[in-house]
Amino acid sequence: MDTWKDKLPPIGQLGPFIALVIACAIFGVTTDRFFSGENFSLILQQVAVVGVIAIGQTLIILTAGIDLSCGMIMALGSIVMTKVAADYGLPAPIAILVGIAVTVLFGMINGLLVTRVKLPPFIVTLGVFNIAFAITQLYSGAQTVTEVPPMMTWLGTTFAIGGTNISYGTVLMILLYLGVWFWLRETAPGRHVYAVGNNPEATRLVGIPPENVLLGVYMLSGVFYGIASLLSVARTGVGDPNAGQTEALDAITAVVLGGTSLFGGRGVILGSLIGAVVVGVLRNGLTLMGVSSVYQVLITGILVILAVAVDQLSRKGGR
Amino acid sequence: MAAAQLVMQARGLVKRYGQVTALDGADFELRAGEILAVIGDNGAGKSSLIKCLSGATIPDEGEIQLDGKPIHFKSPIDARRVGIETVYQDLAVAPAMTIAENLFLGRELRREGFAGNVLGMLDKKKMLEQSIARMNDLKVGIRSMTQAVETLSGGQRQCVAVARAAAFAEHVVILDEPTAALGVKEGNMVLELIRRVRDKGLPVILISHNMPHVFEIADRIHVARLGRRAAILNPKKISMSDTVAVMTGAMPPDQIPAEYLAH
Repeated sequence: MDTWKDKLPPIGQLGPFIALVIACAIFGVTTDRFFSGENFSLILQQVAVVGVIAIGQTLIILTAGIDLSCGMIMALGSIVMTKVAADYGLPAPIAILVGIAVTVLFGMINGLLVTRVKLPPFIVTLGVFNIAFAITQLYSGAQTVTEVPPMMTWLGTTFAIGGTNISYGTVLMILLYLGVWFWLRETAPGRHVYAVGNNPEATRLVGIPPENVLLGVYMLSGVFYGIASLLSVARTGVGDPNAGQTEALDAITAVVLGGTSLFGGRGVILGSLIGAVVVGVLRNGLTLMGVSSVYQVLITGILVILAVAVDQLSRKGGR
Repeated sequence: MAAAQLVMQARGLVKRYGQVTALDGADFELRAGEILAVIGDNGAGKSSLIKCLSGATIPDEGEIQLDGKPIHFKSPIDARRVGIETVYQDLAVAPAMTIAENLFLGRELRREGFAGNVLGMLDKKKMLEQSIARMNDLKVGIRSMTQAVETLSGGQRQCVAVARAAAFAEHVVILDEPTAALGVKEGNMVLELIRRVRDKGLPVILISHNMPHVFEIADRIHVARLGRRAAILNPKKISMSDTVAVMTGAMPPDQIPAEYLAH
C-alpha cells in the first residue's frame, strides 16, 4: 500500500544528517585528531546540557510555541540546587529535587501565561528570561557556588568502553531522547502534542482541550531544564549564576537544524539530538582547525537561517 | 415518510445575544434515515440553531429531545457522547497527521496488557485496520491511510472529515457547509459520500448555501427565517426559485401551496 516515497522523511528531516556527514568529512580530512573516540566522547559531553534543554524546546516548538527563557531557567535551577545543598546542608537528592521543582514552577508560569492570559510565547518567555536571570543574580548574590556535594557531579564522571571514556551525563541525555521519542510516537498524549501544533481548534473540537496539552508541555519542559541544570553543575563542578546566556539560542538552533518546524506540528525529537550534535561538531571541529570562536558563532547563525529557510520552502511546496 | 420516527426534535428554542435575538421560538424535527437540509439567509438563525443542536451553544429557552428524551448539552463533547457528530466548516483536521490518526484523534485505541495499560502504547495496527474498513465501507477511494491529510485534495480532506463523523456517530451527523470551498467534481464526491452515510441509516443535517446541492440530495428542506422555522419544503415538488422566495420572505409561509410542503 505504501510506496517507498511515502516512507522517505521530508527533506527538512534529512538536512541535519547531511550537514553532520559533510561537517565530519571536512573535519576528518583537515584535522588529524577529529576522528577519535575520545574526541567524539568530548563532543557529546559538551553537547549534553544544550541537548537536554533542546528536548524541552522541541516539545514547545512542536506546539507552535518558542521558549527563550530555557537557558535562564536552567541557570536558576543549578543555583537553587547547589545553594540549597551548600547553605542548608540538605542531602543532594533533595537539593536536586528542589532545583527541578523550581524549573518546573517556571515552566508552569510560562504555560499559565500562554494558556490563561493568552499571551504570545515569544513575549512571555522573553519576560521570564529576564525575570529568571534577575532572580538567579539576586539569590546567588552574583557569586559562584563552589561547595557542591560529590553526588551532584556524578553525571560528569565517566566509564570506559573499549578505551573511550563516556560520561554518565551523555548516557542520560540519550536515554531521555529515546524516552521522549517513544512518548511522542506511541502514546495518545504524545500525539496530542502534534495535534495541538497542527490545528488547536480541531483538537478542541474532538474533545482535547489544547490549553491542558500546552500547560503540560511547558511544565514537562521545565523538568528537562531541571535535569539540564544538574548536568551543567556536573560538567562545571559549580553553580554558575552566569550560565545559560547562550543556551536558548543554541537549543533553538539544534531543534531547527533537526528539522522541527517553527510553525508547529511537524518534527521528530531525535532530529534535535542530531541538531545539537551538529552544533557541537562544528564548534569542536573549528576549534581543532584553529578557527576563532567568532567564526563558529557566524557559521551557527548562517545554519539556523538556512534551516528555517528550508522549513519555510518545504511548507510552501506542500499544499 | 410520514410514519418515520423522529430522531431529534426541538421546540421553542430562544437564543439572545445581548440586544439581538438570534432564535425566536424555533422548532426543529429530524426523522430517521433522512437528509434534512437547513437553509436560510444570513441572520435567519440557522447557525444558532445548529449550534444549539451540536452543543456549541446553550439555548436560553426551549427544549431539545433525542429519541424522545430531553437532552441538555453543555459542550460539543456532551453531544458527541450521545452520538451526535458535527463537521465544522473550517475543516477540523490536523494536516500533518495521517488519515488514520485524524480518524482516531481524541479516541485513540490502546494496546492490551502491559504495553497499553502501563506504557500507554497506542494500537496503531488496529486503528489502521479499522480506518481502512470504515473508509472502504463508505467507498472513500483513498490510497493509503498512512498518508498525511495535507497530501489530499480539498474534497478528499472533506471526505475524511465526513467519514470520521459518520464512523463515530451513532445518532446524527451534522454537516456545516461541507461543499462550500470545493469545485464541481470534488463537491459531487462529497455529496455522494453524504448519500452513502444516509443509506447506512444515519440521519444527516446539512447546512448549505448551495441550492443545487441542497436540491440534489435533501429529502426535506428546513427553511429558517427571522429566528423561526418558516416552513419544511419538499424539494421534489417546489422549484428552486420558490424556495428562495420562502427564504427571503417574498412568499409568506401562509401562502405556500400545500403540495410544496413536506410532511
